[in-house]
Amino acid sequence: MSTDTPDASADDAPSRAELAARVDELEDALAEATSEDDAKKMSIIATKGTLDMAYPPLILASTAAAFGYDVTVFHTFWGLDILHEERSKNLKLSSVGNPNMPVPNAVAALPGMDSVTTKMMEKKIADNDTATIEELIETSLDMGVEFQACQMTIDLMDYDEDNFYDGVTTGVGAATALQDMADADIQLLV
Amino acid sequence: MSAEFDITETLDVKGASCPMPVVKTKSAIDDLAEGEVLEVLATDPGSMSDIDGWASGTEGVELVDQEEGDEVYKHYVRKTE
Repeated sequence: MSTDTPDASADDAPSRAELAARVDELEDALAEATSEDDAKKMSIIATKGTLDMAYPPLILASTAAAFGYDVTVFHTFWGLDILHEERSKNLKLSSVGNPNMPVPNAVAALPGMDSVTTKMMEKKIADNDTATIEELIETSLDMGVEFQACQMTIDLMDYDEDNFYDGVTTGVGAATALQDMADADIQLLV
Repeated sequence: MSAEFDITETLDVKGASCPMPVVKTKSAIDDLAEGEVLEVLATDPGSMSDIDGWASGTEGVELVDQEEGDEVYKHYVRKTE
């Protein structure tokens, strides 16, 4: 079949030129749609600031970054302490309310016991060569993870944006987090 | 299990535990050129599954071999693009 002989019976059909233009248009749209969202995305909301609960969001964030994901971690309430340069180095662990810990609640509630359980955990972390919270934050930042500190809770806790690690985004709220979650392939609340 | 590929760089993450073997492997592979192979030495038993999972879920890398030696787990990752 010759390419330059249009079918005479199809007068109302679109011309070759029209079809070619339409194909170009669709190819452009496809290229745009696939290139724009090439990288997968993960959005984590970090709400807890105890030593044990600081780990999961940071481990998942750095690992996802290693997979090539665009990662955003939105920190709110006690989760802000993970990003707080001073407080992140002194996150505490309590046995109160955790029946898996070797200390009975009645004992765990005594003054000074949180320091004891925290010391125990810190020793285990050091003995096992587990990364520290600070290391995980620095590593994640190096890998391009975006850490966001919720503005409303910064104000509520009387923190200052200078308290956070360099590279932490401040001045963001729930709408920013929601937009990230809507765009993400994986969304987690920790 | 040798002579199938040449090792370009060796990354020693012995002692490090999750997520560091994967995270440091990613950083080290970024510094290689296409076709080059990174050897990763780890003591974390989880690295066998983790580096395998990372390599299959990540564009531009291929796990060419894994060996379980005496206390050291060896991983060979090629950069493919």
